[in-house]
Amino acid sequence: MTDQPAIQVEDLHKRFGTVEVLKGVSLTARPGDVVAVIGGSGSGKSTMLRCINLLETPSAGRISIKGEAYEMRSVRGEMEPANRKQVQRIRAHLGMVFQSFNLWPHRTVLGNVTEVPIHVLGVKRAEAEARAIAVLERVGLGDKRDAWPAQLSGGQQQRCAIARVLAVEPTAMLFDEPTSALDPELVNEVLSVIRDLASEKRTMILVTHEMAFARDVATHVIFLRDGRIEEEGPPEQIFGAPRSPHLQQFIRSVA
Amino acid sequence: MLDGIDFSLLALDSPGWGGALLEGFLVSIQLAAGGYLLGLAIGICGAVAKLYGGRVTRDLAEIYTIVIRAVPELVLMLLFYYVGTDLANRAMQAMGYSGFDIDGLTAGILVIGLVQGGYATEVIRGAIRAVPHGQIEAAQAFGMAPLKVLRRVTLPAATPHAIPGMANLWMIATKDTALLAVIGFSELTLVTRQAASATRAYFLFFLAAGALYLLLTLVSNLGLRLFEKRARRGLAEVR
Repeated sequence: MTDQPAIQVEDLHKRFGTVEVLKGVSLTARPGDVVAVIGGSGSGKSTMLRCINLLETPSAGRISIKGEAYEMRSVRGEMEPANRKQVQRIRAHLGMVFQSFNLWPHRTVLGNVTEVPIHVLGVKRAEAEARAIAVLERVGLGDKRDAWPAQLSGGQQQRCAIARVLAVEPTAMLFDEPTSALDPELVNEVLSVIRDLASEKRTMILVTHEMAFARDVATHVIFLRDGRIEEEGPPEQIFGAPRSPHLQQFIRSVA
Repeated sequence: MLDGIDFSLLALDSPGWGGALLEGFLVSIQLAAGGYLLGLAIGICGAVAKLYGGRVTRDLAEIYTIVIRAVPELVLMLLFYYVGTDLANRAMQAMGYSGFDIDGLTAGILVIGLVQGGYATEVIRGAIRAVPHGQIEAAQAFGMAPLKVLRRVTLPAATPHAIPGMANLWMIATKDTALLAVIGFSELTLVTRQAASATRAYFLFFLAAGALYLLLTLVSNLGLRLFEKRARRGLAEVR
């Protein structure tokens, strides 16, 4: 079963009121894939990512994680999760890194990283702390474990958020524009951590504006436009020989 | 000015009234602490009901806070105490029990707690709304169950925002206990009045009672400051 996709999205639709933000998007991430999702603002890329862990509830479509599809039901014409426990169980292994970090300010760096292992996954404290210290070393925050999030720079906060995800040993990591809120000089320290993780063959879906980075680390690139996949393929093709005029224009405008 | 004041009236043993005063003070503290904690519990439930509840729970919480905050506290206390015990007695009788006598301290705590709860609901609701949604969303995204999100993330993150309002409510609780003198609770104010009229030393006893209330406030302030410092750990540096 090694070929079972880590994440499979089939014909995903999402409406907010009368506005249809996603108009039938499908994607597959096999274990080890790094799928970069690019597109202009309002193209639906963040919404798509947030549907994968049901932070947004899809209006239609099917999402499976490691072959297990979310059980959904229809209530007065709106889809909603039918099994909260299943959603919680799947989410616990889908680590998300947010644009604005979203660390818990009332817990130390170490506390942020051990929170989910201890209080969601039921790992013993000593074990969770040992693992947390190891992942903090990996992201270069080994000396910051007792600091409070507010004492860290943006780049350090985002690396702590990445450590928080690594601590749950995720099936796949979801990155929602992880460097968009950072000062330019702090972007690289975060990208280099993500690059490291990509080279370890971790499964990732990466919504990003960093085109050079996407080209570098992605195994597959998806160009979303107006809620649809306009073009997709390996990075050399998407960035080297884009076919769609919109993609050509998009790449020129951000280059 | 202090000539003619007989401080021996404050002696702890009879015929001095000091012991009685301190006992009343202790009752006041018990009433305030019990009522405050009950109010805090009601406040958390009320805030959660208002923010996350269904339509019916939201409306019930809304009615509760409107009534509590619209009616004078003294009236509420009289209402809760007399009507409440009456209703409870009738209910017990209807179920075949002989009436019961609710213990005075419990009744007082219930009365103060119900009043405090109305205000606490609003303080805590505001504090929860001040927590950036992303922090709550991050907990949800990691599969934390709703009650655990509330306990581990939402409430601790809201605490620094709730402290000024909740500290106010504690001060009010300590002083609201004096209103219970009207119903006949032997708390500090009632005992003071008894002592004063028995000895005619009004000035002495009310001054003594005032000093005791002041002492409680000063000690509370100290405790609250320590608690606030702890709750704001991690936030202090950015303000």
